[in-house]
Amino acid sequence: MQNDPIPLIRARALWMRRTAFTMVHRAQLGHPGGDFSATDILATLYFGVMRHDPARPAWEDRDRFIMSKGHATGAIYTALCAAGYFPEDWLPSYMQNGSPLNGHPNRNYVPGVETNTGPLGHGFPVALGIAIAGQITGRDYRTYVLTGDGEQQEGSNWEAAMVAGHRRLANLTLIIDRNRLQQGAGTEETSGLDPLDKKYEAFGFEVQMVDGHDVSALLGALTAKGDRPRCIIANTVKGKGVSFMENVAKWHHGVPNDAEFAQAMAELV
Amino acid sequence: MSHAVEKAGLYDCRDAWVKTLCDLAAQDPRICAVVNDSVGSSKLGAFQKAYPERLINVGIAEQVMVGVGAGLANGGQVPFVSAASCFLTGRALEQVKADVSYAGFNVKLVGQSSGVAYAELGPTHHSIEDFAWLRPLKNITLIVPADPWEVEQAIRWAAAHEGPVYIRLSRMPVPALEIPGRVFTPGRATLARQGSDVTLIACGTVVHLAMTAAEELASEGLSARVLNMHTINPLDEAALHEASKTGAIVTVEEAHLRGGLGGAVAEFTASHKPVPVERLGFDGFQPTGDLAHLFARSGLTVAGIKAAARRAVARK
Repeated sequence: MQNDPIPLIRARALWMRRTAFTMVHRAQLGHPGGDFSATDILATLYFGVMRHDPARPAWEDRDRFIMSKGHATGAIYTALCAAGYFPEDWLPSYMQNGSPLNGHPNRNYVPGVETNTGPLGHGFPVALGIAIAGQITGRDYRTYVLTGDGEQQEGSNWEAAMVAGHRRLANLTLIIDRNRLQQGAGTEETSGLDPLDKKYEAFGFEVQMVDGHDVSALLGALTAKGDRPRCIIANTVKGKGVSFMENVAKWHHGVPNDAEFAQAMAELV
Repeated sequence: MSHAVEKAGLYDCRDAWVKTLCDLAAQDPRICAVVNDSVGSSKLGAFQKAYPERLINVGIAEQVMVGVGAGLANGGQVPFVSAASCFLTGRALEQVKADVSYAGFNVKLVGQSSGVAYAELGPTHHSIEDFAWLRPLKNITLIVPADPWEVEQAIRWAAAHEGPVYIRLSRMPVPALEIPGRVFTPGRATLARQGSDVTLIACGTVVHLAMTAAEELASEGLSARVLNMHTINPLDEAALHEASKTGAIVTVEEAHLRGGLGGAVAEFTASHKPVPVERLGFDGFQPTGDLAHLFARSGLTVAGIKAAARRAVARK
């Protein structure tokens, strides 16, 4: 890339966090903690990595991004909106009656959404199928899928990992949002995931650990290519960017009151 | 297999399935098959040999099998996801619901060895709940072919149709139906025999039994119409309106009594023109037994269907 994409990615990420929290505050519904841990990853993908065209969401050669942690709609909707897949005036309808912006994304409502997610452990298998389709057709698109870390407790991920490793699908990148918190507690006190890197290495992945809020590191990890499927363990902070939300489990689906909202907006600058 | 119906003039519908799929794949590079270590039980050996790169065997992993089907559709392919129907619809039900139906991907689900085809292997391997599980997923066209001709028609239609489909196949040998001039239109029942006293509505492996029952009933003075309801969703409501006019209905299916063809017909008649409906099928988990035993104990025989027809007529 000729121009340094990092300032744009950072600006988009800031807009996404402010906008997502505004949506959640208005709706008094949402999953802002996980939105914020994933925001920098999505901003990096959509504004620095992926080959895509918002004017042609069904373009056959587009890179695909699957938001397997479908509850983090504040992140995926703001990314798609910022990229131009749908107009900003949709955003206030978030989770309102009849809105296209459901609490979990629906590809038939929202351009740019690749598949419907919500139940955990679904996105990785679908991404695997997309990658296999690329292998069959010879199309050179890349497929990225983001799962939560708690989501890795779903067995379907490991079914998919076996197949991806077996087929050496180099066009597939799994990103794990490693914020170490699930709905009500830490992942390691619930059903421990570590050592996640060793597990994916054993399944045939090229594994890379990065700071999931370091855009420069993310850019490097997400653009790297190899001869095997890649697993990027993005170490993140749930609620990243708002002091009282960071690393606090209740912000998984906690929603702000007016004072909390005002404080968050003051911090997100 | 040790069941009574295995004799000359009977067909394993899987042969028509794989022949048709190979024919289609020869013309359309988007056609592919996804299996869960079920190449043999799906009889897909010939397909695998001809199109190895389009046969995706994910191993014994039904959730990822269905998810991969959705992903292949996203990538522009036309996947036929083929597995024993008990595992395809049971183990992977949430993937069928969310990834195929709700997401609306162009995935063809092919349930093999459905109903009680695995007989002695028991209820873990029976697939009699699949109609009840899939009927609420309204955008999945649910087809139950009754003989090799209908299998070929269904597979060809599914490949050309844009949208999710479930085709329920069996390994149980069945005769070729003799229905002159029939055409296959999904959602339109086939009138297999005209009749006015009662309507026998059947699907899949038991249609031929209903036709034989109607023939015998005719010689005994009862005029039974026979509908081959090869599509359970969408249901042919026009044919059901006509069936109601005969004043009595019998449903016959190799499936659970709750929520299947009989349930669908009863929902319709209760909401439109209530008439007596006798339902034949399985009332829950089945004991150890061969096909003939399991069919007989639930009245899925010519004699059982005739008796049900007389019960229905008596309730008019």
